[in-house]
Amino acid sequence: MKIHAMLRAALAALFLAFAGVAAAQGNLEINTPAITALQQSMQQRHAQLAPLYASGAVGLARDGTVALRDASSVPLAQRGQINGLIAAENADRAALYREIARANGHPEWEADVRATFAQRWIDRAQPGWWVQGGGGWVKK
Amino acid sequence: MRHTLRLSLLAAMLAVSTACVTINIYFPAAAAEKAADRIIDEVWQLREGAAAQPANGERQ
Repeated sequence: MKIHAMLRAALAALFLAFAGVAAAQGNLEINTPAITALQQSMQQRHAQLAPLYASGAVGLARDGTVALRDASSVPLAQRGQINGLIAAENADRAALYREIARANGHPEWEADVRATFAQRWIDRAQPGWWVQGGGGWVKK
Repeated sequence: MRHTLRLSLLAAMLAVSTACVTINIYFPAAAAEKAADRIIDEVWQLREGAAAQPANGERQ
């Protein structure tokens, strides 16, 4: 009985180790209901954000968020709505980074996930969009 | 007595080192980049045919 328990514990430890190795070498798990929902929410919001990226009002920040870059390019009446859009987008993004780390069994990876996304958002931004580099905002 | 102490010390060291191997796995940067690209494709509708999807149920 004691040996059985020990064997079970050893097996569990082995499984855990293999799960980690599999995650380290293969793909990251992104097909969870939470991640899919966040992705859809961001996709729908993108229709409203895209013209703001193009006009330079909103830019892609270094920390994986979006930020109001040039408030003067937005009519005063619309600024509140745009700040709401930015806040909602950043909330989804923060949740996305957290969920990806958690779905892969490593909540401590959140900052790394965020940094990876920050780089990829900026690398893949369309020409004319503003992105935040080491020395400040630059137009792609 | 000394043997028991040495043995338990050895066991403790072994336990700690295996725990470290299990917990401190390197962040899979390449896999994360791939995952990020897949999600960015979806969110920004960069893939062929993805733009055809209707966006219903507006949220914010």
